Amino acid sequence: MSDITKREVLIEVKDLKKHFPIMRGIFRKQVGAVRAVDGVSFNIHKGETLGLVGESGCGKSTTGRTILQLLEPTEGTVRFKGTDLTSLNSTELRKARRHMQMVFQDPYASLNPRMTVGSIVSEPLEVHNIGNKQERKEKVKDLLQLVGLNPYFVNRYPHEFSGGQRQRIGVARALATNPDFIVADEPISALDVSIQAQVVNLMDDLKSELGLTYLFIAHDLSMVRYISDRVAVMYLGKIVELSEKDNLYDHPLHPYTQALLSAIPLPDPEKEATRQRIVLEGSVPNPANPPSGCRFHTRCAYTTDICKKDDPEFRDMGTKGTPHWVACHHAEQFE
Amino acid sequence: MNLKDETMTQTEASSEQQKSSESLTSLAAGALLRHRSGMVGLVITIIIIFMAIAAPKLKPYNELEMHAEDRFHAPSGDYYFGTDEFGRDIYSRILIGARNSLSVGVVSIAIASIIGVTVGLITGYESGIIDTLVMRFFDALLAFPAILLAIVIMAVMGTRRSDTNSFLSAINTTLPAFPAMLAIAVVNIPAFARLTRASVLTEKEKEYVEASRALGAKPARTIFSEILPNVMATLLVQVTVSIAGAILLESALSFLGLGIPLPAPSWGSMLSIGRGYMPFAPWYSIFPGLAITFLVMGLYLLGDGLRDVLDPRRQKLV
Repeated sequence: MSDITKREVLIEVKDLKKHFPIMRGIFRKQVGAVRAVDGVSFNIHKGETLGLVGESGCGKSTTGRTILQLLEPTEGTVRFKGTDLTSLNSTELRKARRHMQMVFQDPYASLNPRMTVGSIVSEPLEVHNIGNKQERKEKVKDLLQLVGLNPYFVNRYPHEFSGGQRQRIGVARALATNPDFIVADEPISALDVSIQAQVVNLMDDLKSELGLTYLFIAHDLSMVRYISDRVAVMYLGKIVELSEKDNLYDHPLHPYTQALLSAIPLPDPEKEATRQRIVLEGSVPNPANPPSGCRFHTRCAYTTDICKKDDPEFRDMGTKGTPHWVACHHAEQFE
Repeated sequence: MNLKDETMTQTEASSEQQKSSESLTSLAAGALLRHRSGMVGLVITIIIIFMAIAAPKLKPYNELEMHAEDRFHAPSGDYYFGTDEFGRDIYSRILIGARNSLSVGVVSIAIASIIGVTVGLITGYESGIIDTLVMRFFDALLAFPAILLAIVIMAVMGTRRSDTNSFLSAINTTLPAFPAMLAIAVVNIPAFARLTRASVLTEKEKEYVEASRALGAKPARTIFSEILPNVMATLLVQVTVSIAGAILLESALSFLGLGIPLPAPSWGSMLSIGRGYMPFAPWYSIFPGLAITFLVMGLYLLGDGLRDVLDPRRQKLV
């Protein structure tokens, strides 16, 4: 699997920041900022699935949306095939969107209730002026077939479908323009567990069939391990650990990742009963006022003075050609 | 590749394939048919619209024709609703008056809704300084009582045909009720703009709007083909209720002598003039009054029914 990082880089995120200003008073003076994403850097290679995990509110979705420029980044650059997306004007950006699409979290809210399935799926084609009416019709039928839906459904409305079917429609819409890159923002968290596997398998099959690249945002760690090639762990607006999935799941170097992994239920009840669980104290600090130094020091069991003072460097601790990036002063002791 | 197999399981019920697809609109139409008071309103409205359209065929007399010998004739087999001070048939005048009232209501609300909805959609979607300014201006307009505002606009526009402004006089000759229509339209714009804006503000937070942006749609497309259909339900209710309000306002303007110029019949002016003869010819104002009551009631019932049917909280459509 280590050949993934040797492939061509499709997305290059550098020092990405998204701060939401907090305004007070009648003059709307800015009194602070919620640092939803605060200096995130990573690459996504062609044909790879990068899993992005973390607690609610840690900035996963904001990262995905900022990469796609649905939210304007406060700082930093996002290069897509070498082009800096943050420097494009609105027309250029609209054109570029053809190559990068998104699958949304809530399949009930992300499909327009007043549009038929056919018009929802063909909308990207219309927007980007692809094909004539007849060709678009054919393409929509092909797409529905591709995601495992009956092509006769084109004249139906979203409310006539189940959650899993709706998410398939969302995937079909994202695939309409033959994009290279898809941000999947918790595409399965609103679905029943039995349906989750179907949708994940569908996305995995489509990836190999169409040569897609995914940023797969989720908080279900076992599902992320299943679909991803590499996994990034986010905490309070920063990436704390990034490595190939087996490496990360088997040898986590960051105390936060260790705590997250210890929370995954084990299928064996005996092991489940005896294993050690790391329970984090307290809750996620306020992202408008993050702790000094390492942001995790308020909840970490290994905190020392240096953690409170210095923000740890995001460094590569990998061995044998497998990069393993981690942001912890004490990572050595967990090796 | 097991995709094909899944395709089959998804569609196993072949009968489901045959089932015709139901849009939200057709579901709502079905629900309205089962809504009792809404149906009563719809029937009353349709009857009055039909009478207005067929008025030239239905009226027994020309509405301007005077019968000097039959002045203040009580309702009878000859004159169903009696006659007025010039011996004109009130029944015929009410039929023709229905055309005037309805056309003023429909045209003025059409103007008001097109302008108001467009402004509301744009300011709601692109919130900013323009949004604030436009909305404060509409707030100021709303602060005036509707009738007062309409009177001011009528006074500025003028009801006479001897206008010096050639454009205005041209309109006045072809469409005498136009100043009244315009005044009523202006009065109704703020309500439409505010209602639309409020609906857009809730809609634009939904993921399908973001999805439309994410796939590269221009703002105009997002606003008009994604958001607008989703706020239509609310607007439809507002349209029916506003038409009723516009007809009342037109009656009030005509009552004050500012509406449709005499001698063309208008329910409001008939009510107003008839009021003077109330002690000995009560039919003169009672019948126009009843006509106004029925039409406005019909439209309100229809609007209420639509609100019940289209409100997703009451009717599980989605």
